[in-house]
Order: sequence, then structure tokens, then C-alpha cells
Amino acid sequence: MLRKLLTTAAVVGLLSVPAFAAELLNVSYDPTRELYVEFNKAFAAKWKADKGEELTFKQSHGGSGKQARAVIDGIEADVVTLALAYDIDAIADKGILAADWQKKLADNSAPYTSTIVFLVRKGNPKGIKDWDDLIKDGVQVITPNPKTSGGARWNYLAAWHYARQKEGSDEKAAEFVKKLLANVPVLDTGARGSTVTFVERGLGDVLLAWENEAYLSLAELGDKFEIVTPSISILAEPTVAVVDRVVDRKGSREVATAYLNYLYSPEGQEVAAKHFYRPRDEKVAEKYKDKFAKVELFTIDDAFGGWRKAQKEHFDDGGTFDKVYAR
Amino acid sequence: MGHVMTSVSATILEAEFAAQASVIPRPVRTEPAPVRWALITIALSFLSLFIVLPLISVFQQAFSRGWEVYVAALVEPDAWHAIQLTLTASAISLVLNVAFGLVAAWSIAKFEFRGKGFLLTLIDLPFSVSPVVVGLVFVLLFGAQGFFGYWFIDNGYKIIFALPGIVLATVFVTFPFVARELIPLMQEQGTAEEEAAITLGASGWQTFLKVTLPNIKWALLYGVLLCNARAMGEFGAVSVVSGHIRGETNTMPLHVEILYNEYQFAAAFAVASLLALLALVTLILKSILEYRLAEDHKR
Repeated sequence: MLRKLLTTAAVVGLLSVPAFAAELLNVSYDPTRELYVEFNKAFAAKWKADKGEELTFKQSHGGSGKQARAVIDGIEADVVTLALAYDIDAIADKGILAADWQKKLADNSAPYTSTIVFLVRKGNPKGIKDWDDLIKDGVQVITPNPKTSGGARWNYLAAWHYARQKEGSDEKAAEFVKKLLANVPVLDTGARGSTVTFVERGLGDVLLAWENEAYLSLAELGDKFEIVTPSISILAEPTVAVVDRVVDRKGSREVATAYLNYLYSPEGQEVAAKHFYRPRDEKVAEKYKDKFAKVELFTIDDAFGGWRKAQKEHFDDGGTFDKVYAR
Repeated sequence: MGHVMTSVSATILEAEFAAQASVIPRPVRTEPAPVRWALITIALSFLSLFIVLPLISVFQQAFSRGWEVYVAALVEPDAWHAIQLTLTASAISLVLNVAFGLVAAWSIAKFEFRGKGFLLTLIDLPFSVSPVVVGLVFVLLFGAQGFFGYWFIDNGYKIIFALPGIVLATVFVTFPFVARELIPLMQEQGTAEEEAAITLGASGWQTFLKVTLPNIKWALLYGVLLCNARAMGEFGAVSVVSGHIRGETNTMPLHVEILYNEYQFAAAFAVASLLALLALVTLILKSILEYRLAEDHKR
């Protein structure tokens, strides 16, 4: 009896294993885990319906820069979905993916966007409304170190551009950012570290955070916090790319490309919006418009001439960060 | 780790002394009672504050949302895979390190050769090198930008960001444990018994199985135990070479960190409690082994 059962189980097991199960590795950054868990399911169902092929997914998450480094060091990522174009540029510099990767997909290869907002404690006791409030005496700001954290670079540049617009010069902007950094008690190495500092350790009055991260903290940690959206902020464009070297060897280019394209489809946009990323698709954006506060957004290309230039001027050794943070 | 070793050799020495003198040495007490009690109180409160309390809080956090959440956190596919991966990686490292430890201890204790001191120092190296550096060294060797470049990857061998890399890092970090346990014991025992066995016509292999192994078995087990505890708990070196692919290269300690960062505190502590449990089991086994070790020496 037992034997028969086992045999049946074995046969059923053998039959239910698909003839060919492709596996796709998506190397991403920290806060996208839930997003891609859901997106992977949706894409697997669609791929099965279209091509009759089973897909399994593997995900790896970590700091964006660290993840780019892992791809450079040989992790077998079919696609990368990272926090900023600069990290994918670093992979391209090693010849692992095409130098013109950002032109291959729509919207700068950023299927969803976000922005920098302020997370404050319930009731906003320090009355923080806009960037100006961050440089006031007695306000403690939590943001990670721009040298090590991609997220922190967005924060830094957003503050910089705000001050430059308002005061009219880069010198004034440098002063503004210097004051802001003087209000930062600890510069953590990554965005998650800063969130933990603010949320768990209870340090600081305001956390500069990606909008999606801020919403995630709210969803996970209840109503101890509030989100304040400033008058003007930066358009954060997390970018995605197919890793040419890996897909060419594994023969997975077709599915990897379809995977990234699906991010732009209404279904993919819907998943992104559900996980607090601003969708590009206008119809989906309309549907979720109550979720995302209206804010004037500027892009890194318009305000700083792209990531490579911004990186060189502000964050490389001898850049503005080194000057304003020198003590 | 040094203190564990000293305490073992101290026990051994004591036991030996006891055996020779055939009397139990009486502790000599000169301190007045209050000093004694003060010292004991300080030691105990220190222990409870820094070890017992954190340990309890791990379990308390783990069960903070009840049994169901605890079990669910452990059988969740990624967590389950992390547990399996940790067990596999430490099992492989253990076999390698037992083999290496025996060979190294044998060479050092029973043979005379040039560079013996250097070999001894080398064995201690993993204790003094930061685990992160160990991880980076393997990335530099086997990474795509490293010494071997794309050779391994293009030929279909995955080293880093896969099980072999995790095993390599673990072996490096844990290799002193077995060797360090065996060397002093084998040195102390000398070669007389083996020489006698050979003279009586035993083969090398027989000598090893019937003479050497019985003499060192408790110390060997003790080394295996420490090695295993460290292998399962290793974070730094493994973190660098893992690549953090969930359900593939994520070990238990890495999984704890990930869960914690994702605000899944109960789940994080559930996995952590498994590691803590392992530490407790190790502790109990260690006490038993220490006792056996001392007993062996009395005979």
C-alpha cells in the first residue's frame, strides 16, 4: 500500500515537473522586494499563457551600489533593477552591458519613479513643511552618507537644487547644504540604516526618505509617523537593464527583455503603484493620484546634467560634499 | 577562542596533577568571605546582563507573535532553504576541516621539519584576519574582475555567489578550530605508543585507527563542535561572497539580517532563536566533552 502510494507520488512528481523551467535572476536594491515578488508572479502567469514555459525567479536585494558591485564581480543577474542610473553605468563601464543601455527602454529605462519626501514623527512636533525647515537650529535630520549610499545622493542633490533655485547660486546652495549636514547627528552608510536609526532608535526629527520607503515604513510601523511632501523635490528614477553578458551566455535575452518591458505594461505599472512607486502610465497614475501628493519635480538631467556629471562634481573625492562636510 | 583552549589545557593539567598525586587538590582560600561573595555577585550579574538577558530576549521576541508566526517564519521557503544551505555548507566545511586538522596536527606533533613554527602561525591566521577581508579575498580571486577573471564563469563553474564560495569562506574562517584542539594534545602524547604499535607489526593505517584516534577522539569531537558552531554562525565572510540570492545563496545569519531590515522582527528572531538554540546545544555538548576529556586523562 505504502509502496503503491510512493510510486504514484513519484510518477505524479515526475509528470508535474515541466519539461523546461527557465530561471531568471533579478538583482535589485533594498525596498523593491515586495514589488518584485508580486510582479514576478504576474509575469510568470503571462509568460506561461503566451509561451507555455514555466519560469522561476530568484531575487537578490541589498544596497544599490553593493548590488552593482556583485554584478561586476560576476553574480549571474539576467536583469538589474537598481536605485540609480549611475550604478548601472558602473556595470556598463566594465563592458558587462551595453554603454547605451539607458536608451534601450522607454522613459530613461526607469519604468517607475519616486521622489524624496520627509518622514516626521506623529503630529509633526517641529512643524517641518519644506526644505528651509531642515536647516533651522534644533532640528535633527537623518540621512545616509552620500559617499556610500545611492539614496543619500538623491537627498543631497534635492536639497542642493532647492537652495540654488531659491537663492540663485551654487555658493548659496553649498552653504545651505552645509547647514543641513550640520543638523545630521549620524550619517549611516545606507538608506535602510538611516530608516532604522530614525524609526527604531528614535533618533532625529525628520528622515529624508524615498517616497516609497516612507510609505513602506508607514505601512509596516503604523501611525507613529507622517509624511510631509516638500514644495519641490527631485524625480528619482530607479533604472532597469538587461545584463547583456549574462543573457547572451544563458540564452535568456528574450525572456529578460520581455520581463523588463512588462514593467511598462498597465499590469506592471499597477503593481509598481501598489508598492508606492509613481507609475509612468497616465491611466494608472490617474487611478492612484490620491496616493501621491502633487509636487514640482525636477530631473537629474535637467538640474545637474546627468548622473556622471553630478557624481564627479559633488561626490567624488574633492567634490562639494567633501568641502561642505569638512569639519 | 584562546581562553577556551587555555581552560581545556588547564583542566587537563589539573586532572593530570590529580592523577599523579592521587589526591584532590584543595583550593587555597585566603580572601575573607565578603570579598568572595562580592566577586561571585559581580561575575554572576555580569553574566546575566550580557549573556542571559540577551538570550532570553531573543526567544521572547521570537515568540512575541505566538507559535504560528514562529513556525511560519521557519517553514517559509526562503527561510527553510537558508536553514538547509547553512547545514550543507557547515557539513562540507566540517569534513574538510577535520581532514585538514588531523593532517596538520599530525605533522606538527609527530614530525620534525623546517618551518614548523611558520605553519603554526599560519593556522592561527584566521583568528586575526577580519572575516570581511576573507570574503573580499575570495571575491578578488574568483570574482569576474579577479585573478581568474571570467574563466570559471564561462566554463560553467560558479564559485562566488554560490555554494562553493560560501564553503570556501567558511572553511577559511573555521580551519584553526580542529587543528588547534589536536596539536597540544598530540604533542603531549608524543610518538611512543605509535612507535610501539609499528614495532609490533601494525600498518600505518592500523596505527592511526587503533592507537592515535582513540587517544584524540574527545579532543577531536570538541574541535568539531566549536568548528561547527562557528561555521553556522559565520556572517561577515559569507555575506561578502553570498550575493544574497534568496532561496539560493542566503544562509541563516544573512536571512536574519534581511528579515530584520524588512521590519519582520518576529520572523528575524525566530530564525535567530534557532541559531541561539544551536549555541545552547553546543554548550551542553561541550561541557559533556570537557568532562570526558578530563576523565580520559585520569585513567
